[in-house]
Amino acid sequence: MNREKVVFAFFIVLALTLNAGFVVGDVDNPAHHEVIELFLAIVVSLICTVLKFGDRSHLGALMLATSLVADLQLIAAASIWGYHAQIAAAGVTGDAMASIVSFAAGALVANIISVVLLVIETVMVRR
Amino acid sequence: MNTLLYIMLRRLRMPLIALILVYAVSILGLVLIPGQDDQGQPWRMGFFHAFYFVSFMGSTIGFGEIPYPFTDAQRMWTLVCIYATVVTWLYAIGATLAVLQDQGFLRLIRTRRFAQKVRALEEPFYLVCGYGTTGREVVLGLERRGLRSVVIDIRQERIDQVSLEEFALPAYGFCADASLPDNLALAGLEKANCLGILALTDQDGVNLAISIASKLVKPKRMVISRSENDITSANLASFGTDLVINPFKQFAEYFGLAVHRPHQHLVYDWLINPQHRPLASIYKHAKGRWILCGFGRFGQALQQSLQSEATAVTLIEPNPNLVTGNTDYIEGVGTEAVTLDAARVREAVGIIAGTPNDADNLSIIMTAREMNAKLITVVRQNHAANELMFSNSRADFVMQPGHTVATKILAHIRTPLLELFLQQLNTKDEVWCHTLMNRISQSVGEERVDSRSFIISLEQTPAVFEAIKAGAEISLRNLMKRPYDRKASLDCFPLLLKRAGDIVLTPGELEALQIGDELLFCGRFEDLDDQLWILENRQTLNYVLNGTDDNPNPILRWIRTLNI
Repeated sequence: MNREKVVFAFFIVLALTLNAGFVVGDVDNPAHHEVIELFLAIVVSLICTVLKFGDRSHLGALMLATSLVADLQLIAAASIWGYHAQIAAAGVTGDAMASIVSFAAGALVANIISVVLLVIETVMVRR
Repeated sequence: MNTLLYIMLRRLRMPLIALILVYAVSILGLVLIPGQDDQGQPWRMGFFHAFYFVSFMGSTIGFGEIPYPFTDAQRMWTLVCIYATVVTWLYAIGATLAVLQDQGFLRLIRTRRFAQKVRALEEPFYLVCGYGTTGREVVLGLERRGLRSVVIDIRQERIDQVSLEEFALPAYGFCADASLPDNLALAGLEKANCLGILALTDQDGVNLAISIASKLVKPKRMVISRSENDITSANLASFGTDLVINPFKQFAEYFGLAVHRPHQHLVYDWLINPQHRPLASIYKHAKGRWILCGFGRFGQALQQSLQSEATAVTLIEPNPNLVTGNTDYIEGVGTEAVTLDAARVREAVGIIAGTPNDADNLSIIMTAREMNAKLITVVRQNHAANELMFSNSRADFVMQPGHTVATKILAHIRTPLLELFLQQLNTKDEVWCHTLMNRISQSVGEERVDSRSFIISLEQTPAVFEAIKAGAEISLRNLMKRPYDRKASLDCFPLLLKRAGDIVLTPGELEALQIGDELLFCGRFEDLDDQLWILENRQTLNYVLNGTDDNPNPILRWIRTLNI
């Protein structure tokens, strides 16, 4: 068992699960979406990105790209949340929550691709 | 750039993750710890404020407790965060600096920059491997002729020297092992505008590897290699290396020429050396016994060269194992009067101080001269840095092996016909050389002798080529007229004519030219430049041949009648 591989897979799967946990629920209901979960999803996604640095293989480049996409989507979601919570007069409304969740859902797709690539890489190594 | 960025990011993985984690934990803590607003009501910090606070706290800017004064619990957490973030930042910055100063990383940056510069190179250049005395002089010579060099040397201090030289066309230096083809490829081995490869390292194996690599990639490109032993030389020649130079032999031959055939030596020197030496410098040749100090590879080559002309040689060498055979031999360095006395210095004609130590060499000739004032002194200079001492040594002849090799290489690069001519000189006697010397002397006076070769062809001499094709009779004499006054002659004359394998030295002026003739001219630099007009310009050629000016431009014709 390779400790480095465990840590790597752990963070990638954790990024997916946190992201999924945040997205699940009614898209425009603020009560269904926990802000701390979004925060953790961002942090884990950033760590995943750093872990993927420096792999120059084709698969490695693809994984880094998906991670960067997820970061971008999640940070966009967080920025929208921050704007509505702190600056906009109406606060975090259902409409605002809908756009936040849709951004996070985009990140979810990127994270799913990332996990699929991880599985593919594992299968290739097995063979 | 990509590789560099990747390597840097990979090395910075741990500090980056540490930073992300510390920031995340700090922010999360601030969000979770209950606080109070200014009315004393329970209040929780949002992520927005927490991120803002941690950002300025972590970078030690410290705007204060925002938006409301902190509770004790919040302050306690902040205390932890301050130390954690500061320590993590120090770690991250330290790690970044360590990567940037890492020798491997720096080498990678240098390699990439060098490869980029070479890739962008569009002008013709030479690839010089080895930047010792010879390499440096060759690069200088090429630079004087407006040719750029790319230099590979295994020692970084020599590459540093390359970048410090004040060249009009800066040479590109690269510290690497030239025997590895990858490094040669980075230095432009495969580029079409690489005119030639000069393998001048002091390792025969490396020179061999360079030459093979070059001949495999581009069989027709010029390769010049230095080689210290005969086996390597034969090997190099076997796969078509254009010029193989053994520095010891080369110098010994050159020196042997100076001793036995002073006139040929002077012709050789004039044609090959950029520094013109006045005629008066020819030294008196005296028959007699020579003393040779130092019997390494160099001394051995010199001894062979001297003995081949039946000159007696007395050897002085500290290591008796080097001396074989029953030669006239004295053990010692030669710096002491006792040793020189034993070598019968008072009856000798000349002394050669040829040890690998410059101080010893100078000491030898100074001591020897005190004992015999008429002695011809020859001293070997090993290091270019000792120039000042040697130029003040009043030795009759300072021998710089690196210099000899470099001038030979430069002559070869300039024109291969010159090489051929110098070889042919060996078949001629001293009287012939003396005549030639006088002719050169009359032609150029005290100025620098230059030489130039060309082939009667469409590319090199379009005007002459077309005229001969059209049936005109052009003789060598026609090429030696002044392009603006056909009654006067240019200060130049033909040294060699090569026609279908036949070689004629100093061909007659009436010799009619044919297409495909290869010619070598020598003369004043400016006059050889003027000669190009005849070779390339149809109108000038016509004027020189017939005296008629058929220039279609009336203004130019009028200007010419003014006879300025």
